[in-house]
Amino acid sequence: MEPFISENIYAPIFLTLALAFLTTLILLIIGTPLAWWLARSKARWKDIVSALVIMPLVIPPTVLGFYLLILLGPDGPGGAFASLWGAKTLAFTFSGLLIGSVLYSMPFVVQPIRNAFEAIGERPFEVAATLRATPWRAFWTVAVPLASPGFLTGAILGFAHTLGEFGVVLMIGGNIPGKTKVLSVAIFDYVEMGEWRLAHILAAGMIMFSFCVVLLMNSLEKYFRRQI
Amino acid sequence: MTSDSIITCLFKTSLRHFDLDITLNIPGDGVTALFGPTGSGKTTVLRCIAGLHRAAFGHLVVNEEIWQDKNYFRPAYERAIGYVFQEASLFPHLNVKSNLLYSAGMTKKKDPQKFEQIINLLGLERYLSQFPNSLSGGEQQRVSIGRALLSDPKLLLMDEPLSALDKSKKSEIMPFLEILRDTLHLPMVYVSHDMDEIEQIADHLVLIDEGKIKASDLLSNIQSDPLLPLADSQNAAVSINGIVESYDGNYGIAKFKVEGGFLNVPTSPMNQGAMHRLNINANDVSLSLEYGNKSTIENLIPAIIVDFKSSNTSQITVVLNLGHELCGSKILARVTKRSWDRLGLSVSQAIYVQIKAVSLIRNKR
Repeated sequence: MEPFISENIYAPIFLTLALAFLTTLILLIIGTPLAWWLARSKARWKDIVSALVIMPLVIPPTVLGFYLLILLGPDGPGGAFASLWGAKTLAFTFSGLLIGSVLYSMPFVVQPIRNAFEAIGERPFEVAATLRATPWRAFWTVAVPLASPGFLTGAILGFAHTLGEFGVVLMIGGNIPGKTKVLSVAIFDYVEMGEWRLAHILAAGMIMFSFCVVLLMNSLEKYFRRQI
Repeated sequence: MTSDSIITCLFKTSLRHFDLDITLNIPGDGVTALFGPTGSGKTTVLRCIAGLHRAAFGHLVVNEEIWQDKNYFRPAYERAIGYVFQEASLFPHLNVKSNLLYSAGMTKKKDPQKFEQIINLLGLERYLSQFPNSLSGGEQQRVSIGRALLSDPKLLLMDEPLSALDKSKKSEIMPFLEILRDTLHLPMVYVSHDMDEIEQIADHLVLIDEGKIKASDLLSNIQSDPLLPLADSQNAAVSINGIVESYDGNYGIAKFKVEGGFLNVPTSPMNQGAMHRLNINANDVSLSLEYGNKSTIENLIPAIIVDFKSSNTSQITVVLNLGHELCGSKILARVTKRSWDRLGLSVSQAIYVQIKAVSLIRNKR
């Protein structure tokens, strides 16, 4: 493995960034209507859906990863789905990692958006309706701009949380360099191999990046709050 | 009702403490006030008309269009109404101009002339680029009224638009409402529990209590109906319209023509022909059998007693018709039972009324 070190150190970084970016994007797309429904619906089974969304916060990542492995594997629905394009399994693929990350980071994106929607209350939508806005237009012109701090928080938390993912990834993605080997797994490997210098580079980089993310989030949120 | 109704509605729905059950016709001009104690269901009626509340059983026709019946409910965003809420409820993320033009963005209808007219009427020019949180409560409410008007409504619904404001802010907004009433010719439904506001703004009055309609008529007819609670209240008064006949600049007194006579009111200079609303409190009116002008009272007018009611053991509220004919304005007088008996007064008797004070409700035209 020695000769590949110089390439190896960048591959996990790009892979992780791509994974975190796509996960956040997918969560914003599917999480927004979900958060809206959770914030506004009066359906009785809403509490059950809400609990399912929050679950990944409390169940151990290895447990989530174990069941995902079964579901994505050759004998699960993931395998059946993968056979559509001739593959055998979704486990140990980037797509599988993406599915796992979306589930694992879901509460971090959905909860802040849901809270922001709930904080708006009923009145602005009544006003919008009396001003001829259809519910669809009111959603885009009132709900989304008023909830923008929630979107920002959700996106940043989802992104940062996906970056640090370890347990789920290890269970369903394994450790394939350039394909499924993400940063946290790479750090673990370097420590295992006694490559402390490389582990340090990645770990310290993560700390600095996390600090910047939190700092950015705080100042952006302050800016948005002033706007509203 | 004196004019054609544009709104006929029937709503039945259960509220927390009682059932709302009303049938109501609202005239196509002027201001119809829904008056009643807090929690009497008047706001719910307004919300039902706006489509913000769906009555379990409802029938609503506006301008010959059905907005609600057994099988149909037109959603709020398809109803040509303007709605002014108790709180200004401006969109905090939009500046004043964008708030005002919000509905234009929805309907894609732009009318720069109307925009100019509304911001001039409401004095909003200098706030356009500001955000709502930098405006005072009164300024915000003016913007929200303008925003409602710019949605090109056929009907303006106002839910206690002044009640969240303090007294000085109220008197800042009220003149604007009067200007709107007099210049836009837009029927308005105005919910309030404040009689002062209603005396200033309303033409028609609907009394609501516990979800039921107690009366619905011209404001002065309800004020002067001895069977209704307003005539019985401590501050019973009647609001009538007067047209300036002449102005005596030496003494600063305007002579108003009202139905059945003339009233002299001390005031600042006024233009001849202008219409103003005059408020006559029952406690300021006394009765006399003969015409004597050896008194400091400015107004001594012939009138006919049309009705009376004992308010309590010692006082009587008398309904009077101004002038010799029974088509004059009706006003109220509060007299003691003893003087009623002493003068031997009775219904349909011709007498003279002395009006000590007439208060003028400011009305810029």
